[in-house]
Amino acid sequence: MTLDQLLPGQRARVEAIPGEDYLVQRLLEMGLLEGEEIEVLGFAPFGDPIEIRLRDYRLSLRRSEAARVAVQTL
Amino acid sequence: MVLLRTPSVILVGNPNTGKTTLFNALAGMNQRVGNYPGVTVETKKGKFRFRDESFELTDLPGTYSLAPRSPDEMLAVELILGQPPAETRPDVVVAIVDASNLERNLYLVTQLLELGVPVVVALNMMDVAAKQGITIDCKELADKLGVPVVPMQANKDKGLFELKAAIAQAMTSPLRRQGPDFPEAFEREVQALSESVGSHVPPFLVRRLLLDIGGYAERFLEGEKNGLAIKIDAARRRLHDAGCGVPAVEARTRYGWIRAATASCVQRPAHRPINLTDRLDRILTHKIWGMLIFLVLMFLVFQSIFFWAKPIMEWIDLGKDKLGDLVKGAMSPGALRSLLVDGVVAGVGGVLVFLPQIMILFAFIAFLEDCGYMARAAFLMDKVMSRCGLNGKSFIPLLSSVACAVPGIMATRVIENRRDRLATILVAPLMSCSARLPVYLVLIGAFLTRGFPWWVPGLTLFGMYAIGLVVAPLVALILKRTLLRGETPVFVMEMPLYKVPSLRLVCRRMLDSGWMFVRRAGTLILASMIIVWALLYFPSTGPNGESYDMLTSKLEDRLDEKPGMEKARADFQEELEQLKKGMPEPIPNRKGSLKDAIAELDKDLAQLENVQDELNRLQRDWKGQSILGQMGKALEPVVEPLGWDWRIGMAAIASFPAREVFVGTMGIIYNQGRGDSKDPEFRSSLGNAIKDARWDSDPDRAVFSIPVALSVMVFFALCCQCASTLAVIRRETNSWRWPIFTFVYMTVLAYVGALVTYQVGSLLI
Repeated sequence: MTLDQLLPGQRARVEAIPGEDYLVQRLLEMGLLEGEEIEVLGFAPFGDPIEIRLRDYRLSLRRSEAARVAVQTL
Repeated sequence: MVLLRTPSVILVGNPNTGKTTLFNALAGMNQRVGNYPGVTVETKKGKFRFRDESFELTDLPGTYSLAPRSPDEMLAVELILGQPPAETRPDVVVAIVDASNLERNLYLVTQLLELGVPVVVALNMMDVAAKQGITIDCKELADKLGVPVVPMQANKDKGLFELKAAIAQAMTSPLRRQGPDFPEAFEREVQALSESVGSHVPPFLVRRLLLDIGGYAERFLEGEKNGLAIKIDAARRRLHDAGCGVPAVEARTRYGWIRAATASCVQRPAHRPINLTDRLDRILTHKIWGMLIFLVLMFLVFQSIFFWAKPIMEWIDLGKDKLGDLVKGAMSPGALRSLLVDGVVAGVGGVLVFLPQIMILFAFIAFLEDCGYMARAAFLMDKVMSRCGLNGKSFIPLLSSVACAVPGIMATRVIENRRDRLATILVAPLMSCSARLPVYLVLIGAFLTRGFPWWVPGLTLFGMYAIGLVVAPLVALILKRTLLRGETPVFVMEMPLYKVPSLRLVCRRMLDSGWMFVRRAGTLILASMIIVWALLYFPSTGPNGESYDMLTSKLEDRLDEKPGMEKARADFQEELEQLKKGMPEPIPNRKGSLKDAIAELDKDLAQLENVQDELNRLQRDWKGQSILGQMGKALEPVVEPLGWDWRIGMAAIASFPAREVFVGTMGIIYNQGRGDSKDPEFRSSLGNAIKDARWDSDPDRAVFSIPVALSVMVFFALCCQCASTLAVIRRETNSWRWPIFTFVYMTVLAYVGALVTYQVGSLLI
């Protein structure tokens, strides 16, 4: 499944972020790479973007962006 | 080691690490903002001293990675590599790192380690890390990184001395090449590529060339060697096949190395304690409470720039008038006096009047950014703003633009994405600002109030505001699909920890923003005002060789007696009333002499009415035959399809410095004399006068009708008759291209809008 499908409070491990575009590079730079554990903290009032916890900090990204991240729930 | 020049130090780091606080703590008040050609980001420069030695400090904009994709991001790399526009390589790079968020912050540090400059790590926010239960062995970390690590708390000035000492020492210590080793396959490709681009290209850029797909390095080397693109492509494919494809290989290598390096020196608690940010975010990003608090906050921001700034702006206006009177009294009439009073003093006042709004808005922005809320505001509004191709960070700049586009455009600095920022800047002037209000009020008051149901004036005014709210998102969408098209902007945003904002930082941002505006945009605004003054002043000789300036000045001097005469008349009248009530007369026949005096004054005042009429007529004739008046007449065929005569056209051109000038110019050209667009009485007398206006070519045809009034209003809703806005766009984009583009597209839009309004309106009404 992908990151945007998780529910608030769910934890997951990143499996893969396929692609070579800028979004992928940006996510990788921010420390979102395979093997990392993340937790979904919530969604914005209109359902987008999504807020996650990752490596001691909080990151927000759009649902369309989160859909590019394959995860495995824990 | 003896250096002949001042050693230079560059400060880099992720956003939200307290970088600005550290810079201020080191440089104190001694700082200035620098601009490089072709980039829109600013660098701050300052100086600090350590043991009798002076250091020059440069603050670069916060960044997560040195993977440049735009000239703005390239600047940081160029400055560190000592390539133009930099003059020399820095002697030391200080990397500020958030201790509570070590892994992600060290990513940038691993890149810095490859640049071949001495690096000092300022490990900031040690207190925050401690509160999260994170302990860091700094000595061990320094050993692993191969560079000095200084624990700090920049907001409490803790660790400053140690940092300066480490900087001074790093200059003379030998470089230890440490940091992650990339896979061998990757290094081989870098080696091969390096040979084909030539040795003049720094190794770091060769690596970027390989790693950043569509990055700036590719453009940077364009045309250098034929077939380079093919070589890079092939290298990337080989790397992909070898299991270390770009861009993933970089993040994997760096983060892998970071995790290994920090494993022994960083201890985290097994269970992360719940902190203030967790608790606050539960409310502030909540579906209902979060939105409610957001709306209240935004209301407060809007209120403050719209209403709180008003009294201060009025003082500035008053001061401008007083100074103008002073100059007027001290000089004899002539072009020089007029230039000083109507050009320079009015122009300087016109620049200063923006300061209250700019400074209040920036105080708010600095406050919201420093406490960590700004990212939440963007988070809450992103969905709405993404509908028109913008992102959540465009909201506050656009909201501010409803009060005034000038601070709004300056506020777009919070938007990192260049294209989103440009799109926001370009549509911000479409939001209906407060300078349009006098124009709307005159015309609505004259044509859409009497004889209409009570809701018509309000609805018309609302309609004018709605034009901006509808057109701005549409234009933004079109711009994002055409001119500013590119890869979908990425909205990956850190949500920083909440913290108590620093008053020092807020005050500083507030003062900086005001000073920057005056220094950078002020001269341009002033220049435009002086040009329009000259166009309205010359030629100043009437048909019989008389000087309009002399004649009007003489009449104005006579009118100056009016308030004194009115006061005297009121005093006499009051005394007379007292006497009539039965008070004894102090001298015989006092009543009679009072009556005579009043009659005399009334006669003089009636004469002054004639003087006023004469003055108004002279001013109308003067401005009507001025260069600008002639331009208006020449352009009449152009504005006629909008239902305008040359006078409206001329007033529209004269309003280039600021929209509300339209009202003042209309006052002169319609025989109402010089008036204040903010004065309701002046507006209503102007309204009555323009109702009676007739076409020069056809005295039976009224100039103004409801469709004409609407056409003028629509024009002003959409046009960019605001020199200050254009000056600020020039300043913020560091190029003339965008202000010219804004002016042209908005004027075309305004013309077409006014044309359609008039033509359709004439058919209907």
